[in-house]
Amino acid sequence: MGITSQLSALLKTDRGGRVFLAILFAVAVIMPVLHLVVPESSALHLSSYWMTLVGKYMAYAMLALAVDLVWGFCGILSLGHAAFFALGGYAMGMYLMRQIGPRGVYGDPVLPDFMVFLNWKELPWFWHGFDMFWLAMSMVLIVPALLALAFGWFAFRSRVTGVYLSIITQAMTYALMLAFFRNDMGFGGNNGFTDFKDLLGFDLHKRSVQTSLFVCTAVFLALSYVACRYVVTSRAGRVVAAVRDAESRTRFIGYRVENYKLWVFVFSAIIAGIAGALYVPQVGIINPSEFSPINSIEVVIWVAIGGRGTLYGAIAGAVLVNYAKTSFSTALPSAWLYFLGALFVLTTLFLPRGFIGLGQQWRERKVSAGRAVAAKA
Amino acid sequence: MIKRLILTALLGLLTFPAAVKQAVAQQVATAAAPTPVAVQSFDSLLAQLPDADFAAKRELVTALANEGSPAALTVLSAMLDGRLLYRLADKVVVVSASDSDPLVISDAKTGKSLGQAPASDFEHVGTNNGLRKALRGAMAQLQLSSSDAKLRLAAVTELTPNLDEEAIALLRAHFTTEKDSTVRKAMSNALAIADLGSTDAKLRLAAIESLRDSLNNEIFARLNAMAGSGEDATQADPDPAVRGAAATVVLHMQHWRSFYSSIETLLFGLSLGSVLVLAGIGLAVTFGVMGVINMAHGELMMLGAYTVYVVQQLMPNHIGASIFVSIPAAFLVAGLFGVLIERGIVRFLYGRPLETLLATFGVSLLLQQLVRDVFSPNNRPVETPQWMAGSLQINDVLAITYSRLYIILFTLAVFALLLAVLKRTRLGLEVRAVSQNRGMAKAMGIRTEWVDAMTFGLGSGIAGVAGVALSQLTNVGPNLGQSYIVDSFMVVVFGGVGSLWGTLTAGTSLGVASKLLEPGVGAVLAKILVLVFLIIFIQRRPRGLFPQKGRAAEG
Repeated sequence: MGITSQLSALLKTDRGGRVFLAILFAVAVIMPVLHLVVPESSALHLSSYWMTLVGKYMAYAMLALAVDLVWGFCGILSLGHAAFFALGGYAMGMYLMRQIGPRGVYGDPVLPDFMVFLNWKELPWFWHGFDMFWLAMSMVLIVPALLALAFGWFAFRSRVTGVYLSIITQAMTYALMLAFFRNDMGFGGNNGFTDFKDLLGFDLHKRSVQTSLFVCTAVFLALSYVACRYVVTSRAGRVVAAVRDAESRTRFIGYRVENYKLWVFVFSAIIAGIAGALYVPQVGIINPSEFSPINSIEVVIWVAIGGRGTLYGAIAGAVLVNYAKTSFSTALPSAWLYFLGALFVLTTLFLPRGFIGLGQQWRERKVSAGRAVAAKA
Repeated sequence: MIKRLILTALLGLLTFPAAVKQAVAQQVATAAAPTPVAVQSFDSLLAQLPDADFAAKRELVTALANEGSPAALTVLSAMLDGRLLYRLADKVVVVSASDSDPLVISDAKTGKSLGQAPASDFEHVGTNNGLRKALRGAMAQLQLSSSDAKLRLAAVTELTPNLDEEAIALLRAHFTTEKDSTVRKAMSNALAIADLGSTDAKLRLAAIESLRDSLNNEIFARLNAMAGSGEDATQADPDPAVRGAAATVVLHMQHWRSFYSSIETLLFGLSLGSVLVLAGIGLAVTFGVMGVINMAHGELMMLGAYTVYVVQQLMPNHIGASIFVSIPAAFLVAGLFGVLIERGIVRFLYGRPLETLLATFGVSLLLQQLVRDVFSPNNRPVETPQWMAGSLQINDVLAITYSRLYIILFTLAVFALLLAVLKRTRLGLEVRAVSQNRGMAKAMGIRTEWVDAMTFGLGSGIAGVAGVALSQLTNVGPNLGQSYIVDSFMVVVFGGVGSLWGTLTAGTSLGVASKLLEPGVGAVLAKILVLVFLIIFIQRRPRGLFPQKGRAAEG
C-alpha cells in the first residue's frame, strides 16, 4: 500500500482527525502568507506576535498530544511530562548558545556568556559537540527518551500505578527543576539560555526564518498526530487501550504490560522533547521554570478539557486553554487563576470526556433518541 | 608702772579684734581645707564632678566606686556613654536617657524621672581616654562585687576578650572570694587565657591543662595557633613541650566539638522532620481513608498560617496568647474549608482518584487567588511571641532556638492527639472501618458519606494547625502551600498510606537525612538526593514503609 492509501486508512474512521489536519493545513499556509506577503498597512496583516503565539500553541499542542497518548490511551497519569518538553528545549538551547559564538556580550568564541560570567575556563564535557546540528537534534530525541526509559523501566516493573506514579513523576520534575536552577550545573542556572542569534546560519530575528520555524512546527505537529494515530489504531494500540481499561486482566491474558507501557511512555517522551525543541527558537528563551511541577499539571488539564482518549481533543484543549490564558492575562490578570481553577473543577466534575465529549454526548443522545423513535414505530 | 599697764591693756584691746579675726579665719581656713576624697558622701562626690579637672575626676570616679552606693554603677556607665550632664544654672548632676532635644532626664542618685528639659540648659560631664579607662575599671570592679551572680558573670565575660593588667589583677582579687561555681569557672578560664601569654613555660602548660574541657571558639583558636596548626605559623609557641600539650588538648577539644555539632545537626533534622510530619499527617488521614490525594492541602496550611496573621491583627496587644487562640481557630477555618471541598467536589468524584487530584488542584489555584485578592499578593508579617523567641544555649557549641524546640514538642502533641482521636473515639473507629473496607462498613450501618466529610475535615484541620506552626518558621504568603505540597506527598507516600506511625517515621527520617547530607553537598543537592532516593524506594516498595494490610487494601 502506498503512503496516501495508508494515511487514508488511518484517518477513515477519524473524522475529528481529518477536520484537525485540514485546519492545520489551512493555518500553515494562510498565516505565513498573511504575515510575509500581505503588506503591513493592510488590516489582514498578521504581526510577528501572532506568528510566535500560534507557533507556541502548536508546540503546546504536540505536548498535549504526548500526554494524551500516555494518559488517554494508556492510563498513565504522568504529572511530569513538562520535564521531557524542557529537556528537549534545553538541548536545542545548548545548540543555539554554541551558535552565538563570539557575538555574545563577553565575546568568547567558545564559552557562552554565563560560563564566562561564572569564571569557567573551559566547556564542560557534556557541551562538546553541541555546535553540530545533527548531534544536538539527536540529543533532543535521546535525552528525554533515556530519562523516560530509566524512569519507566523501574516504575512499571515495580507495578507502581495510579496516584503513586503521578506523585513520583511530580517528584522527578521537581528534582530536575531544583537541579537546573543551580548555577554550577552548567545549564545557565536560574537565567537559563537566551539571546539566541541564529540557527543553521539563519538569523532568528528575520521574519522569514520565524515563519519557516512556524511551518516546521505545523509539519511536525501533523507528523506526530499521524504517528500517534498509527500507534493507536495498530494492534499494539489495542493492547495499550486494554491496559488502560483492565490492567490485571491484560496481564493475565499473557501480554507483557510493562513493556507496552514502557514503549508508549518513551515514545510520548520523544514527542514531548521535539515539541520543546521547536518551542525554544520561537520564544527565544528556556529557563528552569519550564520544569516546574505546575506546568506538567497544566498540560494534563488541557488534555482533560479538550477530551482525553481522542488525539484531536487534546490538541483542541491545548489551543483553547492557552488562548483563554493569553486573553485573560492581558485583560484581567487576577481573574485568570480563578478561571483556570474553576475550569479544573468544573471539567472534572461535569465534563469527564472534555468538550469533545460534549459533542459526542449530544450525538449519542440523538442516536439513542432516533433508536427510541424507531423502536416505537 | 600703772601707765605701762594701761598701755598694754589698750594695745591688747586694739589687737584683740584682729586676733579674734585671725582665729576665726584660721578656723574657717581649716574647715575649708578639702577632706580626703575617700570619706566623702555620694552626693558630695557627685557635686564635685562638674568643676573637677580630669585628674580629679579620676579620683572622684574611684571614690564613687568604693563608696558603695547602689547608684554608682548607673552614674559611671552614664558618664562613659556621655549621658551624665549638669545643669548650668545650679550645677545639679543628672542622667539623660539619650542624646535627644529636649532631654529626658532623671535624678542621678534615685533615678527618679525629672521630666524633660531643653538641651541648652545642660553641659556634659566630659571624659577623656584616661578617664574612660578608669571608668571601665571602676565599673568592672562594681559589677564584680555585685550581689547578682548574673551581673558578675556578665562582667567576667566582658573582661575576658580584653585582658589587661588591671583586669587580671581585679579578677585575681575577686577569685578568692567568689562563691558561685559558674562565675568561678569563667574567672579561672579568663585567668588561664591570661596565663597563656605568660613568659613562664610552666605557667603556660598549667593554663593549657586547665582549659582542657572548654568548648569555647576563641580558646580553641588560640590553642590551635599555639600548637602551630593554626593559620599563622608564627603564632606557634617556642617551647616544644607546650606545643605538644596544646596539640593534645586541641585534639581532645575537637573530638567533643564535633560530637556536639552532630547532636546539633540531629536536632535541626528533627526540627525539619517535625515540620514535614505536621504537613503530611493530615494528608495521610485523607489519603488513607478516601484514597484521595488532596492537592489543596498546601493551601489549607496556608489558610492556617493566615489565621495566625488575622488573630494577631485582632489582638495586637496579646501576641503571647495569639498562638494559643490561633490553634483552634486555624483548625476550624481549615476544617470548614475541607468539609466544603469534600461536600462540593470530592464527593462526586468517588472512585476516580486521578480526577480528584485534578479537581483539588483547581481548588488550590482558587484558594491561592482568593488569598491574593483578600489580603495581598505580598507576604504578611507574623510576629513571634516573646516566649518563643531566643534560644536554649546548652553549651558553647550547642544551641537550639526555642521556636524549633516548641514545634518539635507541638508536633508530638498533635500526633498523640490525632492517634487518640483515631483509636479512642467513635469517629476514629468509623474512620478506620471505612478505610479498611468501605462496603462492609456501610453494611454495618456506618454513614460513610458523613465519615468521608468528617475525615476530610479532620485532615484539613490538621493542615491548618500545621500552618500555625509554619507561620513561625517561614514567610506567610500566598505561595506558602506550594513549597510544602511536594514534601507532604513524599512523606505520605514514603510512610505508607493511611498509617500515622508511617508518616511520623517517614517525616522524621527524611528531615534528619536532609540535614545530615546538607553539610556535605549543600541544601539543594541534599533535597534532590532525597527525592531521587524516594523515587527509587517507591519502586522497590510501592506501598511505603507501613502499608495497609488486608484484601480490601490491595484493591
